[in-house]
Order: sequence, then C-alpha cells, then structure tokens
Amino acid sequence: MSKKMPISVTVNGQTHDLLAEPRELLIYVLRERLDITGPHVGCETSHCGACTVLMDGKSVKACTVFAAQANGASITTVEGLGTPDSLHALQRSFREHHGLQCGYCTPGMITRAAKLLEENPTPTEAEVRFGMAGNLCRCTGYQNIVKSILAAADEMNAEQEVAE
Amino acid sequence: MTRAVHQSTPHDSASLHVAGSARYIDDIPEPPGTLHVYVAQSPHAHAKLITLDLEAVKRAPDVVAVLTAQDIPGTNDCSPVMGDDPVFISSHALYCGQSLFAVAARSRDAARRAASLAVAQWEPLPALLTIEDAMAAESYVLDTRTLERGDVDHALQNAEHTLSERFHIGGQDHFYLEGQACLVVPSEDGGVHVRSSTQHPTEVQHTVAKVLGLADHAVTCEVRRMGGGFGGKESQPALFASIAALVAHHTGKPAKVRLDRDDDMVMTGKRHDFRVDFTVGFDASGVIAGVDVVHAVRCGMSADLSAAIADRAVFHADNCYHLPAARIRSFRCLTHTVSNTAFRGFGGPQGMLGMEQIIAAVAAHLGLDPLEVRRRNFYRPGADTTPYGMVVEDFVADQIVDELADSADYSERRAAIVAYNASDAAAATGIRRGIALTPVKFGISFTTTHLNQAGALVQLYSDGSVLLNHGGTEMGQGLHIKVAQVVAEVFGIALDRVRPSSTRTDKVPNTSATAASSGSDLNGMAALRAAETIRDRLAVVAAERFNCAPEDLTFADGTVSCADQHLPFDALVKAAYLARVSLSATGFYATPKIHYDAERFQGRPFYYFAYGAAISEVSVDTLTGEYRVDRVDILHDAGRSLNPAIDLGQVEGGFIQGMGWLTTEELWWDSAGRLRTHAPSTYKIPTAGDRPRDVRMALWDQGENREDTVHKSKAVGEPPLMLAISVLQALQEAIWAESSQAGMLLDSPATPERLLMALASQHNE
Repeated sequence: MSKKMPISVTVNGQTHDLLAEPRELLIYVLRERLDITGPHVGCETSHCGACTVLMDGKSVKACTVFAAQANGASITTVEGLGTPDSLHALQRSFREHHGLQCGYCTPGMITRAAKLLEENPTPTEAEVRFGMAGNLCRCTGYQNIVKSILAAADEMNAEQEVAE
Repeated sequence: MTRAVHQSTPHDSASLHVAGSARYIDDIPEPPGTLHVYVAQSPHAHAKLITLDLEAVKRAPDVVAVLTAQDIPGTNDCSPVMGDDPVFISSHALYCGQSLFAVAARSRDAARRAASLAVAQWEPLPALLTIEDAMAAESYVLDTRTLERGDVDHALQNAEHTLSERFHIGGQDHFYLEGQACLVVPSEDGGVHVRSSTQHPTEVQHTVAKVLGLADHAVTCEVRRMGGGFGGKESQPALFASIAALVAHHTGKPAKVRLDRDDDMVMTGKRHDFRVDFTVGFDASGVIAGVDVVHAVRCGMSADLSAAIADRAVFHADNCYHLPAARIRSFRCLTHTVSNTAFRGFGGPQGMLGMEQIIAAVAAHLGLDPLEVRRRNFYRPGADTTPYGMVVEDFVADQIVDELADSADYSERRAAIVAYNASDAAAATGIRRGIALTPVKFGISFTTTHLNQAGALVQLYSDGSVLLNHGGTEMGQGLHIKVAQVVAEVFGIALDRVRPSSTRTDKVPNTSATAASSGSDLNGMAALRAAETIRDRLAVVAAERFNCAPEDLTFADGTVSCADQHLPFDALVKAAYLARVSLSATGFYATPKIHYDAERFQGRPFYYFAYGAAISEVSVDTLTGEYRVDRVDILHDAGRSLNPAIDLGQVEGGFIQGMGWLTTEELWWDSAGRLRTHAPSTYKIPTAGDRPRDVRMALWDQGENREDTVHKSKAVGEPPLMLAISVLQALQEAIWAESSQAGMLLDSPATPERLLMALASQHNE
C-alpha cells in the first residue's frame, strides 16, 4: 500500500482532517468517508457531471480530482447549497419547474448551475445551454433544466434588487 | 373541490432530489462488513475455456471470496425466459464482456486489482459479430416468424410502381446515469434481502431464488428508485443481483455490486440493431397496395427478451398506415455479442422507422410531399384492420397531424425550404435544409398477455395518513406521484397525506416489470381499486353516522359529507378504526379485452393505441456533414393526463433520447467483437447544447382514452421516443436536396460522418 498523506478539506463549512491514499479521488472522500452522497458517481471520467462540486469557487468534477489536490480547499456540494427545509432558489426552481426526473444528475446540475449564475447572473437561454453542456441528463431532454435555471436567475435577481 | 388528478404536481421525491438527499443503492449506508464485488469478464467474443487458475486472485490482499460457476448451489442461469444466460461462463464465452467469475473483497479497488491476477486459457473460436455474419450463416437464436395478411405477391406484381430498398438501424446504449447496482444482505434463516436498481423486482427475486436454490419466499427484492432505467433495468439487473446474492450466501456478509460505467456498457444489453429490407407496391398517388418487409434483428448471444421485442417490431411495421397486403418476416439473429434487451419502445421504434422509411421512399420516387403520402395511407373507416388482425378503433393520428401541420405552418415552411434549397444562397453556403412530419401510433399492453396484471397494497393508518405500495417501480418517470394522485383523489385528501413507499416483493407479489409504458395504467388501476375498497368500508361507517345512503356521500377536500353533514376525513378514519373496520386493502387489475394467438400472429394484443406527431426542421452543412436541429413542433396524446407536467417531461425526454438514438449515439464494435464506445467520451448522448433551438410541444388537449383506463389517461413512457423519426427524415430530406437522385435511405445513427459519406456517394453517382 502506498504511503498515506494527511489532508485537510473543508466541506460545506466543516473542516475534516484525513489520511488519504495518493490515488484516492475526491468523490470517494466525499461519498465514502464523509457520507456526503449528494454528488453521484456517473461515469468516473469527468464527462457526465453527476459528481460536480465547487472547489475553491470553481466547478470541478470530483471523480477526476485527487483528494490530495483538495488539500486545504473549500468544497461546496449540493448539500451545502440548501437543505430540504431551507432550499436554495435553484433547488426550489428545479422542483417547481420539473427540472428533474430520475434525479441522479440533479445534485451535479444544481451545483454547476449555482456557479454558472454566480459568473453570469443574467444568462440567455443559449448561455445556459453552453454553460451546462458538461452535465449529462438522460431523462429530461434538458428543457425543464434550462427553464429551472432561467427561473432561478430571475428570482435571485429580484431578491438582489429588493436587498439593494 | 380540489382535484388530485390531472394536476401538474412536482415529482414526489423532488424535494429530496434537489437537496441531494434522495438515496440510490450506492448512497445507502453500507451495513458493517459489506463486501464489494467485481465481476471479471471474458476477453473473447467466442472461445472455449480451457483452464481458469484463480489461486493468485484468492491470495490477493483483502480478498474474501472468489466465485465461479462451480459455486452456484441452484441453477447457473439468470435469463428472463429461455434459460440461456449463465451467471458465470462454465465452458464457452459467447461475448466479449461475459461474466466469468466474481471477486468479493473488503474494497472495490482490492476486488478489481485481484481479478486481474486470474490466469485463463482460452481456445478462440470463430465469432459471428454482425447481422450480415449471422444472416449468411443462418445463425438464429429463435425461430423466424412471419406475419402475413392478404395476397402480397399479387399486390406487388400488379402495382403501378414498386421499390425495393435496404437500410440499417443502429442500436443504443441506455446510459442511465446510475449504473447497475445492488446490495444484498443475508437474513438469519438463509434467505436474502436484495436491494436492486431494477424495473423488475419480481424477476430479480425469482432469479436470485433460482440461482441460490431457494424458494421464492426466502428472497425479498426492494427498490425505492432507480437513477434511470429505459428498459436497461428490466432483465439486466438479475445477473448482478444473483452474483451479489451468491457472495452473501457463501460469506454470510452483505455484498454490493456497483458497476463502473465502462463495465456497465460492455456487459449489459442494448437496443437491437436492425437491417430492414422492403419491397413496396403503390399507385401514382402514393397509395400503398402491399409491402414485403424483412427484419433482420441482432439479438446477440441469447434470447433475453428478443422474442417479444422482435414481435413488437412486427406489430409496428404498419405505424399509422393501412396495408391491404403485408408480409413481415422477422429473423432473430444469434451473434457473439452482448444479448440485446429491452429499450424504451421495445422493438416498436425499429418497426415504425421501417414503415416511415417506406413512406419516404415512395414520396421521393413520386416527387410528392411525404405528408400527402402519409395522409393517403392513414387508417380510416373501412380500412382499419392491422396486419395482425386488430381493428384500430381509436385512430386520431389524422386529427393530430392536421392540427400540428396547421399550427406549425408545415406547408408554408416546407415550400420555403424547397425554394431555399434551390436558391443561390444555398449553393453558395453549402447549407441545405430539410423538414419532416412523422406520426406515431404505439400499441399499449404487454404483447405477452399474462403480464398485463398488477397489484397494490393501500394502508390507511388511524391518523388518516396513507402508505401506498404497488408493483410498479420509480425510475424517474413519475409513476409514484401519479399513482399517489389517483389514491388521494379516491379519498378526497391532500396529496401530502399519501406517501409512496419502496416497491417490495414481500408487499405486492408476482408483479410484472415496470415496462411497456404500462406503469400507471396497471398500477394506477390496482391502487384505485384498493383505495376504493377502503373508501367503501369508510362509507358504511359514515353513512351510519349521517343516517344516509353510502352512495350519497362525497369525499373531497379532506372532508366526508352528506348534504349539509360533514366530518373531517381523519375523524372518520379514527371512528372506523374504533369500530374495528379493516383499513388496509389490496387491489388487483388485469387489462380487459386483450387476446392474442401467438402462433398465428393474430388478435388484439393491445388495449388501445397512443398517438403523437412531430415536425423537425434541420440545417445540414454539406461540406462537413455537420447539422443542427433548428425547430421541433410536437403534439402528443396522453389521453386525459394524470399529471400534465410529468407527462410532458416524458414527451420531451423521450424525443431527445430518440434523437440521440438516430443521430449521435453510435455503438462501435471492433473486428474482435469488443465494444469500443463504452464511455461518454466516445458514446455521445445529447447534451443541453444539442437540444433543438426552438421546441414547441404540447399535449393534445382533445386527448381522451376511449377505453376505461385510469381517469381516461394514456400511457406515455415510450411513444414519444418515436417522434424523433422526424429528425432523421428531415436530415434525409436535406441530403436529398443536394442530389438529383433523391430516395437513398439514410442508415442510422445519422452522424455527421455518415451524412458526409451519403453526400459523397451521391456526388459520385
């Protein structure tokens, strides 16, 4: 067995100190060692996006990030965006606009969409399609996913205006 | 009165899904001691196993058990019907990727590493890989079937025109986002509890029992949800559940199989690829006199569900058109490739595409608008009997097509496209455009008649809340919310008072697969009956209290009323409990009217038909073969939809999945029979960016099932997939615009490469 290395990752605001194998992947640290199972394993080759999380503010596919690369990083998963009792605007929007069917891709979709709207709070439909093209969904045909993201953007911008 | 049915309610698990708290098999906390199982595979498409040395595997770190065919206490078979799918190879490998042995270890990584230490000696044998190989060798897995009605030879000989063509239809990987997965926990008395990502819990239960040599009652299969199914979790999960159960049986430990994506794509069956040959006879106006069609179907190394799939292709070889004389022969090819299996549409799409290509060829030959040819051949009164002898009583495709063609300006747009394609602008840019309208008529019912049954168990607790159980499984299609709506409607209570629960074989036994689009038709009706049984018992209690007749009661808005007397539903339930009234009931449903003589290929295999139509418009760059879908208009009949938002989601998702099948999703085997497109890097399902620029779709507002289905709804799972035939035909129209010799039928998937090759071959002619 290879030598383990100590790493420290902050996930959804909570810091964890772990010993990680050199080849260990972030997705398995999250899912199997921290019991954070919102991010899913879909393809393990960074194509499907079911494992998408935010790492230091960037969208990453946790199936192709080594745990060691996440040392010192701050990770946000879908669980960190909101809870069933207190949902993020995107989470509410995906529910209300039927932006999901089987739901397996949903945590990755929402986490990716959160970053997309942070970078571009008023995206066009084409920009949403381009920005979400790294996340696969086999059920919905994307219609309601795009609709959910655009509706959430509107809601978040309206909230922003009220706040200002 | 607040209705529960016909409402666009979100999916019952939506709040969990968006929060990341909905659990799939791999999200369930593993019981202590859970072993992880890797399934080692055959590297050959066809070979004799000489020796298999697993000593090094057994000695590898963290390995707990290594199992082969010799370790099966029951039967070495996990097939759904025919007994020809071994759990492990015992003598011959019949496809590349076939299950050879299993390693159970303390981690998935350890199991996988250990498996690579096996030393196997093989004697490679000649392999039949393609439809052409199998047809040349007359290699069939099942008997050839022929459906014949009318005098076909006479019709073809006397027709004004005849055409004969051949084309190929590619297969499709399901690419459910959640791969095959199961978790098996041994119970105290030698039985097992199987959690499986399966559309068919009963089959998993029965197969595991058969493999372990147990009675069915010793095995329970449970499924809360799947991360997509699409048919790929109908017969396929039985292999992996059997292997995990064998590990649990031999070690006494919980065991989990979760396939890696590449292994999943290599090991599991796919949509059948077809070669279609046809001869069609027709008159100068495009009216068809007869067809002679040959389906060559690649079934792979075993029968799996291919008999019913190839039959369904035959049943859909007419689509919406009256064929006065028809002969459809179906060859079920045995090849040394993975056994192909159920996939949304179940042979129907291939059969239907065959007919639509006949229409396209006829229209091209006569220089007519294909829509005109379609209309001239539609089923109509007096010409309403299908080749299999069923009278089409509910034909509405003509109305849907008229409405759609009108609302989407089909004729004007087609004229504009024809003019554009002849213009200097088209010549200068090399961009050609195409438009096509295709209809869908899809038969609803399992063609294996006995499968058209369902059971439900409804439990009303003394606080007035309801736990709902039925034989159907949730794979994202919204079955559980639709059935919950049906039950809430019966009791007149809020939807959140009805809780759908896991599908379990120890609650509702002997269920059919959630397949054939039948989920809500069958289970919705069974649940309706169970709920009505309980409501009738409650009505007796209420009628006594109100001193009225039970039939004068209403159950609505959480209140039970008789004229001006009211009682909260929950209070009535409590009163019924105190009066010692049973508050749980089972419900059972068997689809009426259907009958079918399989030997003669005649009867009424379907209770009714679902209909729809789509118009697709595309642009093709003739210099590169690249294309895009510019606009899609869809009108689809879901009857009186139980949940319009959920049903529209099926229409959209089905269309895009069908578009993937016919355009970008290419399965590619090498000359050794190895699948080379076994990951999303090489196998392209549609992304958000591939969706057509402009999609206008709607459920048909006049839709209503003529038959007595649950609230007059229609099945909607599979039919919309076939709306995507319009994309393929629009591409074909665009290609034909480039050539003086229109009519060469496109093979699918119509990838840019294939379009470019089609253009090149036309230029060369």
